[in-house]
Amino acid sequence: MMLPWLILVPLMGGALAWAVQRAGGTAVRGVALAALAVDLALVLAVWSKALPAAGGWLADFARPWIPSLGIGLHLGLDGLSLVLILLTLVLGILAVGASWTEIGDRVGFFHFNLLWTLGGIVGVFLALDLVLFFLLWELMLVPMFFLIALWGHEDRMRAAIKFFLFTQGGGLLMLVAILALGVLAAPSAGLRRFDYFALIGHAPGGVTGWLLMLGFFLAFAVKLPAVPLHTWLPDAHTEAPTAGSVVLAGLLLKTGAYGLLRFAVPLFPAQSHAFAPVAMALGVAGILYGGMLAFAQDDAKRLVAYTSVSHLGFVLLGIYADNRLALQGVVMQMLAHGLSTGGLFMVVGAVQERLHTRDLDRLGGLWASMPRLSAAGLVLALASLGLPGLGNFVGEFLVLLGSWAAAPAFAAIGALGLVVSVVYALTLVQRTFHGPARAAAADFSFGHLAVMAVMVAGLVWFGLYPQPVFDLAGPSLGAVAGTAAP
Amino acid sequence: MGVLAALIPVLPLLGFLMLFLAGARLGARGIAVVGVGSVGIAAGMALGLTAWFLASPVPVEVSAWTWMTVDGFAPRIGFRLDALSLIMVLVVTVIGVLIHLYSAEFMAGDEGYARYFASMNLFVAAMLVLVLAADLLLLYLGWEGVGLCSYLLIGFWYRDPANGRAARKAFIVTRIGDTAFAIGLLLLFTHLDTTDIQALMGRAQGQWPAGAPLAVAAAALLLGGAIGKSAQLPLQTWLPDAMAGPTPVSALIHAATMVTAGIYLIARTHALFDLAPAVRDAVGAIGAATLVLAAFSALSQTDLKRILAYSTISQIGYMVLALGVGAWASAIFHLMTHAFFKALLFLAAGVVIQRLHEEHDIFRMGGLRQRLPLVFWAFLIGASSLAALPLVTAGFYSKDLILWRAWSAGPFGRALWAAGILGTFLTGLYIFRAVFVVFLGPVRTPPRGGIGPAVAVPLVVLSVLALIGGFVETPDFFGGVPALTDFLAPVFPGPPPPGDPGGEAAASIFAALVALAGVFAAYVAYCRRPAMVATILRHPAAEAMRRCWAAGWGFDWLYDRLLVRPLVATARAGRADVIDAGFDALAAFCRQSHAMLSRWQTGQVRWYAAWIGAGTILTVAISVLA
Repeated sequence: MMLPWLILVPLMGGALAWAVQRAGGTAVRGVALAALAVDLALVLAVWSKALPAAGGWLADFARPWIPSLGIGLHLGLDGLSLVLILLTLVLGILAVGASWTEIGDRVGFFHFNLLWTLGGIVGVFLALDLVLFFLLWELMLVPMFFLIALWGHEDRMRAAIKFFLFTQGGGLLMLVAILALGVLAAPSAGLRRFDYFALIGHAPGGVTGWLLMLGFFLAFAVKLPAVPLHTWLPDAHTEAPTAGSVVLAGLLLKTGAYGLLRFAVPLFPAQSHAFAPVAMALGVAGILYGGMLAFAQDDAKRLVAYTSVSHLGFVLLGIYADNRLALQGVVMQMLAHGLSTGGLFMVVGAVQERLHTRDLDRLGGLWASMPRLSAAGLVLALASLGLPGLGNFVGEFLVLLGSWAAAPAFAAIGALGLVVSVVYALTLVQRTFHGPARAAAADFSFGHLAVMAVMVAGLVWFGLYPQPVFDLAGPSLGAVAGTAAP
Repeated sequence: MGVLAALIPVLPLLGFLMLFLAGARLGARGIAVVGVGSVGIAAGMALGLTAWFLASPVPVEVSAWTWMTVDGFAPRIGFRLDALSLIMVLVVTVIGVLIHLYSAEFMAGDEGYARYFASMNLFVAAMLVLVLAADLLLLYLGWEGVGLCSYLLIGFWYRDPANGRAARKAFIVTRIGDTAFAIGLLLLFTHLDTTDIQALMGRAQGQWPAGAPLAVAAAALLLGGAIGKSAQLPLQTWLPDAMAGPTPVSALIHAATMVTAGIYLIARTHALFDLAPAVRDAVGAIGAATLVLAAFSALSQTDLKRILAYSTISQIGYMVLALGVGAWASAIFHLMTHAFFKALLFLAAGVVIQRLHEEHDIFRMGGLRQRLPLVFWAFLIGASSLAALPLVTAGFYSKDLILWRAWSAGPFGRALWAAGILGTFLTGLYIFRAVFVVFLGPVRTPPRGGIGPAVAVPLVVLSVLALIGGFVETPDFFGGVPALTDFLAPVFPGPPPPGDPGGEAAASIFAALVALAGVFAAYVAYCRRPAMVATILRHPAAEAMRRCWAAGWGFDWLYDRLLVRPLVATARAGRADVIDAGFDALAAFCRQSHAMLSRWQTGQVRWYAAWIGAGTILTVAISVLA
């Protein structure tokens, strides 16, 4: 019963935040924080009341919606959805905190868009009816378009349109694939034509099956992003305001990975298995290509943006390595990347807010005047380069371990990403924090520092004792690995 | 008592956390107390643990928690204390506390005092995790942790971009080796289903016959990690540049402890190397080549710290050579004595450089024997031990054992022995070149200031250790105390080497004479006839050779041309993302098509009428003709 509220609370909070715009920025931010906190409490309540059911499903909600077309309101929460929703809400709260001083214009509308995006993301992680999933998928895009287009930096309009066209193009392919799947699988699915559980195991074979699988794959690959469909990402991440970049990198990319894990692979196990070498090759290409481009950037935000391409390459590699080790690595990589890259965007955003530049040639030596900001940036960069003891290492190592069992060559080439990541992460540290002091400004405030402390604590926790996450996500991944077995 | 072993790394870690979180509020005195104290207590605990372990030498294991459990992959946060790790813990904590004490005075007044001690404490913690880890993945955590601290401390004076460059070079070059190590871990777990070191070695011996391809591959990959960390060919280029860090850092990290982690790794996984004879031979060859090449480079440096850096590469070459002939215990023996005398040399050099206003060039030093007598004696003792002057120095006993074991290891061993003997001559030559130029002759730069007790005590203690540290293991003809070998025997089981006291004595005397010849050559070239070197170098070929040696045999040049520049140029050239150009072309195509089509919508009725007419005619024509 509670599941729809998980989506509705952020949506209502967003509307309320817009409504209280006249009362000032603090009121708006308070409403936004409260809505997300309530939502977080709701998730925890659902979790605490859930009985460990078969297949790892913790909660379920199903109502008919458009029965004549076989579309239902079907939401379900399992361990995988749960960890991703927790990440969504925690990062959402931190993003509101991190943009406390950055946004001064149309504060209410900004938070309306932010909360609606978050609501859409939570919905994506819950939806088990494909049409509903598509609806929520679109719901998270439109407000994000506005976040970039209205509060972004210099070249925001172009970046926003590019972002929209790419994701919309992918979404269109997915919509076609969803409709075709619903129609073609109708006899076996019966009245629940678009229901996840009704469709599993009923994918058509032959060329049709391949085309449908590719429709899903392309939509999710754009979002992930997989090379060569990644080029919207650097523009969007760079131009978005800090909170937008945090949500984009930390959460929106994960919906692509989630889509692959939840839909593309389980719905089309045979095709996915055959397709795995291509997908793994794309993953490895992303790791190396993204890393190399990250190193060469002169714009701090763009550098961080390309590191996402590299990190999500590990995710793609792991999903299609398709064994427990790799899949648990994928989950950990998603969480750790959300924190580390989200955190780096906050650091770079704070630098830009203070110095009005992201140009690495004009930055440098910030350690002298901002030791706390620089130390936070250093720790996050270390997480990004996969230092053992921090979460990203656990994710990347498990992905490589799982990939080694599936395809040693891909794992060995992907492991070169460990070298590349050092090069770009240390380049960022050197050109921003080290070197002669070119610029100086006020250090992190206490609030900012608290946000960073939460992120670093999370990364250390994931790095040294990731077991709770694995226990939670394990049953869902068993289902993924099981369905995808050849 | 075993719990104590797990607590030793925790102390410096707590010190790091205090300094990292509250460093600015502690004040200089508080920072020094926390920084030195945390390592001091760890050293005290290590000594207590040693007493206990000597009484009952049974390895103990402590598991803190299981790191993660996924599908049979269950690495532990667990520690194992045995003879080998105990020796490493002693070296790390005892030398660690001495260098921390030295730093309290040496680094006083630096704006990054808290940052310095935080990084140093974190280093000691990570190094202790490395040597105590019972699980290979935990060892890898310590391994990367020490690499991080090395990076932070090389680039400690971050305002100078050159220091940042040296720091990144160190991290990146060692990370190349580390990646090989990581791939080795993937391979080992996939085929042996565990990462626990003891279990791994047991299963490797049980499942793989000698020379099995998987064993060879795994050993080769671990070797990759070891040569990166221990600055051996071909990944040695980072260490000379690492001298950009503060001198106590060079002493602790880049001489005594971290750079010997590769030796520890191979010794720890020696069972695997026993299964891969080809790799073991490669280990020996790498050691021999490295020790000779680096000794030549040390001979041609003028920067005092770079002389010591190349000397470190060369001495680690001896340890690697020992590993290559299966003389595991003698490698650890030399690791220990080298830690004493090389730390001593660096600490003495640090005082010299600081007293001479950051002067690094030995030819602008001179005559410091009277001005800095304590430092002179410390450096002289360190140099004698490094040059392996017979009987009275620690370095003699450890180097001698390595050479003897190489000599006894068949024809290939004899070849390695020859390289070692050449290295012995060069070592005496290059280090006494430094002694004579820096401390004798005229005063070229007058020193300022004196030294306080925090600097003097470590120099004295390390001087004593550099002299007597070798008596734990003496050859048959001189006491015959195999204490260290016996102590390490449970870790390195195997038949004792065939005894040949006469041959060993002869070999020792020969090696000692070679070392003395090196010192004498230095005396002739730099005291008696200072013009001699200049005369030789007037010959263009000799000068070209000197340049090549001084530049580290051109490895940096080669890597720069072959790898760095092409990769950076490619990355920079493609930084606008060539793939995006494809999408831009698509967008441009859409825009062009739009422009073309919109040109037809002119708003002029006659054009529309003409098109309607043309269309009608065309349609009629098609339908009639078809």
